[in-house]
Order: sequence, then structure tokens, then C-alpha cells
Amino acid sequence: MIEARLHLPRDGFTLDVALSLPERGVSALFGPSGCGKTTVLRALAGLERAAGRVALGSEVWQDDAAGAFVPTHRRALGYVIQDAALFPHLDVQRNLDYGRRRIPPALRRIEPEQIVDLLGIAHLMRRRPDTLSGGERQRVAIARALATSPRLLLMDEPLAALDAQRKAEVLPYLDRLHAELAIPVVYVSHAVDEVARLAHHLVLLDRGRVVAAGPLADMMARLDLPTARGEGAGVVLDAVVAERDAPWQLARLQVGDGDFVLWARDHGLPVGSAVRVRVLARDVSLTRAPQTGTSIGNQLAGTVEAIADDEHAALALVRVRVGVVPVVARLTRRSAFALQLAPGQPVWAHVKTVALME
Amino acid sequence: MTPADWTAVRLTAQLAAWTTLLLLLVGTPVGWWLARTRSRLKPLWSAVVAMPIVLPPTVIGFYLLLLMGPQGPVGQLTQSLGLGRLPFTFAGLVVASVLYSMPFVVQPLQQAFEAIPARTLEAAATLRAGPFDRFFSVALPLARPGLLTAAVLGFAHTVGEFGVVLMIGGNIPGATRVLSVAIYDHVESTEFADAHRLAAAMVVFAMVVLVALYVVNRPARTDRSTAP
Repeated sequence: MIEARLHLPRDGFTLDVALSLPERGVSALFGPSGCGKTTVLRALAGLERAAGRVALGSEVWQDDAAGAFVPTHRRALGYVIQDAALFPHLDVQRNLDYGRRRIPPALRRIEPEQIVDLLGIAHLMRRRPDTLSGGERQRVAIARALATSPRLLLMDEPLAALDAQRKAEVLPYLDRLHAELAIPVVYVSHAVDEVARLAHHLVLLDRGRVVAAGPLADMMARLDLPTARGEGAGVVLDAVVAERDAPWQLARLQVGDGDFVLWARDHGLPVGSAVRVRVLARDVSLTRAPQTGTSIGNQLAGTVEAIADDEHAALALVRVRVGVVPVVARLTRRSAFALQLAPGQPVWAHVKTVALME
Repeated sequence: MTPADWTAVRLTAQLAAWTTLLLLLVGTPVGWWLARTRSRLKPLWSAVVAMPIVLPPTVIGFYLLLLMGPQGPVGQLTQSLGLGRLPFTFAGLVVASVLYSMPFVVQPLQQAFEAIPARTLEAAATLRAGPFDRFFSVALPLARPGLLTAAVLGFAHTVGEFGVVLMIGGNIPGATRVLSVAIYDHVESTEFADAHRLAAAMVVFAMVVLVALYVVNRPARTDRSTAP
């Protein structure tokens, strides 16, 4: 576990958090601007001095009770920020070598070729940072951090400075990072889309406090959290490609063990591939009976589990359990009233769009 | 030019070289400290460093003379260390020049260090570089244009000083008689042709040095990684 207890008075609020993050996968710190998530990350890195304790497994980086504080340059971490902060006086190759040369050879667990390959920067090695595009710069910054074979990778909104196209260019590399290297990542973001795509564990922060924390899928299915507000609300599901329908270019995705099946556009993934699927609340509608003569191909039988008010007074959020898997639907309160929805009641959920994320 | 004038030229070059060397050694940590400190004493120390810009050289020379003289604390120290007295020696001139040219070296260095974003140095820390390592591997290379400016201004300003030299060094050929004093002597003795030669050479020197400086530092290599 990555354990941190941090206390730090800031302008306007006091940061006071206790975190316990899994030592594998991507943990996202999510919250509005100024909620303290960057400060948490900086304190984990030792760049900011908060009171408390920071430990990565058995390795203690800070323990005020014991008077211990390991300075940043002695912590086996990688740190990537929004604007890359590459060294402008060094070319890409020497940027990558900078950290690698500073760790003992015995600790170099990741080969530079592997990193260069993973991030697709082989053709950039002789370039200067100021000749790179934003997306290239970010990939080099990630590679530079990985070259130190860190035990923990800290990322502070690494995509925030990029436009949608550049973001789409970098995101697949972040996916591969997790798939190929077993390095835990703490990822700061205020974009729910990034979190839904990358995170496995989610910590919600607001004004210096932890609002809620837990596995991503559970958190996204909760109706009482800020993640359930806004256009990004919706569940994240782990699925497996079960069948590919070549004539219609569709793929059948199996969610869990039961009858939860979704048809989505076939992106060419082979049968058996694990995929992450996002079903937005606004793309789910509910009926009392199965429908015929509808264009929506995904109909799921489930049970209403919970109903909550949405941000706007006209809307309601309804969580429906399909087998053991939750799906969230956004309806008007009038519709919810007309359908006489109540917990325990069987309904049909119609999923219009399924977003495949891996 | 007379052999005496050549001696003055050589002496001036030596003085400026020693002064520049010492100033880079002293001024770099001072500039770094001023650039990075959050101390409330920063304005005070900035003012101390900048004093020679506003004070008449005679004032600096006067106080240095008192400090380094036989009764002054510095003078007593140098004597007790067996170094003799500093006034009216080449060593004394070097000490005075270091103080007098200090702001011209410290300020470009300080500005160069201030222009390095904190996040770049923090990135170095997260890449396992300790404080000294960060300074030599990131801060100094990025401050190179400032370093060059500091060296050139320190050298040129020392070549051009007069008042402090006269107060501390006097006019001893081969020891303290530098160019500016030699020109003054020529004018005093109405040797205008000699004065012209040296004065014109100084103008050309100043011009060449400054143009070279502006040419070298012209393409201000900015950190474009801040721009999206």
C-alpha cells in the first residue's frame, strides 16, 4: 500500500488527508481546481513539506513522529507535470539519460530501449525540447521519469496542457504504461474522462479533504458523489470481447459472468481481449417492459437499486443492477414518477452508446 | 605608445582578469542566493550589492582606504596575517575592484538564475539530482548567457574604473597605474596625443566588447516548453 497522512495549512483551507492507495494500477486523485490534489502529489514527492507520514510499502519516505524525511532526490519516484519541464539545454537523449545516470546500475530495472519503444520516441532522440510538439514533449517527460526505474510514478495533470488531438495521441501510451510496466501510478486530474479511462482506484478530494475513495467501478456507480454530476456521469465496466460480428462490424462484450451483454462497434480487438467500457448515464433509458421496434440494440433486464436527485431539479439519477453489475441512468424526474420507479422494482435498461476505452 | 603606457595596458588587463575571476567565484553563489532566497533580508542584501552603482567611487574608495589602512580592521587583519597593507598595492586594487564591480556581475547572474523555472529544478530533484548536482547540471548551464554577460560587464567595468583606483591604488607605475589613471596623467601633463591614443583605444575596446556581448546573447534562448 501507498500510505500517506498529510496535514498542511493552505490559503483558504487546510489540507488534511489520509490516503491508502493500492501498490498496483492507477490511483486517481480527482477534484476541482484548488482542492489540494497537486499539493498531495507534491507532498508525496517531498517537493512540499506537509506534516505527517508517507510510506511506499515498507519504505518510509516521511515520518514526522520519527523525525524522518527523505529528500526528493533520494525517493525512487518519477514525477511528470502538465508542462513536461524538460531540460531545454539537453536533447531528448540526454534528457532521458539525466535521471538514469543518477541511479545505481543494479537498480536499473527498465531498459531505455523498452521505454523509448513504449512511448514511441525513437525518432526524437536528437531533437531539442523546444522543437517538439506538446504531445511529444509529454511523452519524453514520461520516458525520462520511467528511465529512473521508479517504484512509484506521480503524474500531475499530464494531459491538461494538450488539445483533444494531442490528448488522444498520448492516452494510448498511458494505457500501455500500465499494461507493460508494473509501476503504481498516482494520477492527478480534474477531467472525469481521463479518470474513467485510466484509473483503477479513485480518491475524490474537495477543499483539502477526502470526500470518498475506493475502486473506480464502485465509485462511478455511486449517486452521492460529485462524479455523478455533469455530463461525465456514468459507470465504468470491465468486459471481455466475446464475439465479433463481421457483417455488422459489431463486437459482443461480456460484462461479468451473467447475462450482461453489450453490443458495441468492433474496434478490431480479438475475441478474449479485456476491455474497459464506459456507459454514460445520459445514454441509458429505462422502461417497465422490454421494447420492440426500437433502434437501441442493448436491452438489459435489471432491478432498480437506488434513486437520487441530480444537479438540476428536473433530473434524477437511477442505479439499476443488472445481475451484480450496476448501471446508472439519468432520467427526468417526471419520467421516474410516470414509471413509478422504486428500489427493488424490475426494469429494462436500454443502452444507446457504449464507449470502449482500451 | 610609450613603454609606460604598455605597462599600464598590461596592468589594467591583469587587474580586470583577476577581478572578473574572483567576482565570478564570489558573485555566482551570491546571485544564486539572491535569486532563490525567501529571506526577509533579501532587499537589504540586494541594496548592499547594488550600492556601488549609486555611490560616487570616491566614497567607496574613502571607506575602503579607512578599512584597509593600518588602523582599519581589514588592515590590522592583513598585517597580523603577514600580508602587509593593501592600499597602494595591486592586491589592494583587486579587492577594491571586486567590491566596486560586484553589482555588474551579481545582477546578471541573479536575473539569469531567477529566469530558471522552479519546476525545472524540481524535475531535476525528482530525477535523483541533489542540490549541488542540480546547481551544476541544470542551473549553471541554463544561466550561461547571464554568466557571459556578468563576466563581460565585470571585466569592462573594471577596465573603466577610475575614482576607486585613484583612492586605493594611487599612481604607482607597474603596480597601480592603470589605463584610466595613465590617461588622466597625460591630460594633466598636456600630452594630448598620448591621451588620445589611449582614450580612443578604450572607446574601441568598450564598443567591441559590448557589440560582441549583444551579438552572442541575441537569440534569447527561451524555454518554449512553457508555451502550449
